Amino acid sequence: MNAPLLRLEHISKAFSGVPALEDVSFEVLPGEVHALVGENGAGKSTLMNIIGGVLSADAGQTRWEGRPVAVESPRQAQELGISFVHQELALVPQLSAGENIFLGRHPCRRAGLEWVRWEEIHQRARALLEELGHPMDPRRLVAELSMGERQLVEIGRALSLRARLVIMDEPTAPLSERETVRLLEVIGQLKRRGVSVIYITHRLKEIYQGPDRVTVLRDGRRVATAPVAEMPPEALVRHMVGRPAREQFPALESSAQPGEALRVEGFSARGQVYDIGFRVHRGEIVGLAGLAGAGRTELLEALFGAAGRDAGRVFIEGRPVNIRTPVDAIRHGLALVPDDRKAKGLILGAPVRWNMVLASERQLCIRADREREKTRRMVDELRVRTPDPEQAVAQLSGGNQQKVVLAKWLLADASIFLLDEPTRGIDVGAKAEIYEIIRRLAARGAAIVLASSELEEILHLADRVLVMHRGRIAGELARAEASEESIMRLATGGSSR
Amino acid sequence: MKTADRGFWARGVSEALRRFGPLAALLLMGLALSLLSEHFLTFDNLLNVFRQSAVNTLLALGQLLVIITAGIDLSVGSILGLCCVLAALLVKAGAPPGLAIAAALAAGAGLGTINGLLFTKLRLPHPFIPTLGMMNVARGLALVITGGFPVSELGGGFRYWGAGAVAGIPAPVIVVVCFCVLFHVFLTRTTLGRDIYAIGGNRQAALLSGIPVDRRLALVYGLSGFMSAAGAVVLAGRMNSGFPLAGVGAELDSIAAVIIGGASFFGGSGTVLGTLVGALIMGVLRNGLNLLNVSAYWQTVVIGVVIVAAVWVDVLRQRATEKSRAARR
Repeated sequence: MNAPLLRLEHISKAFSGVPALEDVSFEVLPGEVHALVGENGAGKSTLMNIIGGVLSADAGQTRWEGRPVAVESPRQAQELGISFVHQELALVPQLSAGENIFLGRHPCRRAGLEWVRWEEIHQRARALLEELGHPMDPRRLVAELSMGERQLVEIGRALSLRARLVIMDEPTAPLSERETVRLLEVIGQLKRRGVSVIYITHRLKEIYQGPDRVTVLRDGRRVATAPVAEMPPEALVRHMVGRPAREQFPALESSAQPGEALRVEGFSARGQVYDIGFRVHRGEIVGLAGLAGAGRTELLEALFGAAGRDAGRVFIEGRPVNIRTPVDAIRHGLALVPDDRKAKGLILGAPVRWNMVLASERQLCIRADREREKTRRMVDELRVRTPDPEQAVAQLSGGNQQKVVLAKWLLADASIFLLDEPTRGIDVGAKAEIYEIIRRLAARGAAIVLASSELEEILHLADRVLVMHRGRIAGELARAEASEESIMRLATGGSSR
Repeated sequence: MKTADRGFWARGVSEALRRFGPLAALLLMGLALSLLSEHFLTFDNLLNVFRQSAVNTLLALGQLLVIITAGIDLSVGSILGLCCVLAALLVKAGAPPGLAIAAALAAGAGLGTINGLLFTKLRLPHPFIPTLGMMNVARGLALVITGGFPVSELGGGFRYWGAGAVAGIPAPVIVVVCFCVLFHVFLTRTTLGRDIYAIGGNRQAALLSGIPVDRRLALVYGLSGFMSAAGAVVLAGRMNSGFPLAGVGAELDSIAAVIIGGASFFGGSGTVLGTLVGALIMGVLRNGLNLLNVSAYWQTVVIGVVIVAAVWVDVLRQRATEKSRAARR
């Protein structure tokens, strides 16, 4: 057996007395892809920040190739050969891919001044990207690249730094299925070159598509480490949540009613969605699937009046409506849960109560008592875990933040919900709760459009699935016809048969 | 939950620092000055500080709204100048004082609203741009219509809000207190006020929650222009003259008062009490340094240091808050 490349022994870390990690040991072998999973708050980020030199441990020992080391700064970690591929990508969008790869280390010719050797930068960058198996023009600006391509640039940067351990924090969260497949191939390449990878993810499926071993953290402790072959999904979920897994989200009874709630005809917007037509009945959940960039977010935001539309008609309860702003949309009973709750869904610095009543309390004078009463009701009903409704939402976990967004629309008495990636970046336990809330909404007669990149989620909840491809609806699948395969075929431009 | 408990106290301390830090600083300064100079802690002198801070406080209240929305209004000094000469010219032309004042206030509100509309309708990238433009336009107009000369000798009725008094309390002080109360109620008790905080906290989220963001921004800049005009009425009354260069640099003083008062430059926070205290800190500093015979040139240096120090304290506080937040991940 190989000696471990990195070995953490009995690491503990507390923040102002609150333990974040307790006695965690963790190792990565050379050329190993090691998945790290755990619910939000399990301590994954803290552990990675200790490895990366961002934080220092209170107790415990780090060994690099068997030698004890004290990694005290990100720079030192980089010198050892540890690189991060960040969740929020750390690239300069206005610079080219090649420049980003060599940022701060431009090869230069010294002749009085330092002249940047552009040719060498682009050649070396091109070679690096080719080695990863996905050639790309290194002169292209990062701003023009897709999320997946940007990740390749980051990985190229890690390689150019001679990284021996690459840490990827939820790398597939922003990726389409196809880009995910490509990323997994690239990870395979890294492995073949003897580079180790720590792979943090929320998507259980991916753990079985590349990683060699998996470590589960829960509440700051390591609860399991095993080869993935010896860790079936049920066991994994059980370790993560500390209780038996619910059955893997089976498809459920439909609560669709005959009345038509929303109808869209010939809808085009922003030059990004074209000629969209569909209808949603009361109590029905319609899934909206598609690859990243297929236009799901653009469609929902345009329907909600947040982006200009070019053509098309919208009917609510059979009556034509003209929605030009979100204010109009809300008046007609629409609600939008945006794809990025921090950037678009919440006033992070404001209290839970404010965020919850923002859309419903629109009279001039604030009626604090009524607001507190409403907030209390929502906190109970949606089981929002917050010590105090006056607490800033930023302090809540992702799942609870999303519940606050939902509460805002429940209080506004919305009857048509446009949900865009409602469980992105949320841990398994909270996900199940959000599913429960969505189902309850439908059972009460709300019409729901559910856009999601996670096919399991759509298959679990949707009564019907619309699949988008390049801004158009590529096809519609009844529940009985919908499967990961049939959806992907449409989403990638294939036919429904 | 033990973790929540600790976070709660850490947040409590940080919150208290944010709310009462400027006030504590003001009281400390007052204490130090009353030990250093026997003239400081007299009723007349304190009233004097208050009166001298009045115009800056009025401008700062308008600026506060703008800064809460993560904006900036560079035109307040120039709008003040233009409204000064407008009112003065009207009085000179024989208009009753009430009408001159109303016209000045309407002009200020109108110019401010134009700032807001330029920002929202033309989709200019940052309020810096339209208000920088307005700063030049308004100042230029003030010079054009007066030919650069002050308009003096305005007469008793008009001077009341700048130089009058009720039961020994100067009228400017009363004006300031009234506006502080109004703005405090507006910001904390109405949904309009809350919308303004929401827009500053996250404009996109505010828009998607059904807040008519553009209309609110027009209101905010309009109110800022209105407050500039209110400042103009007080200043012209006190000086018995409308001079076209009134309020040069006043925009920066008003921004300084808001920032010293604990508002965040990134928007979403700031209070009327803080702003009032911020303006008074600047007033007390100037007054105290005068009493101590420090040259006016040095006063400017000290104010510069205080601005940076105040924001630095806020940065330290935020870092502490973020740490306690990260602790719970």
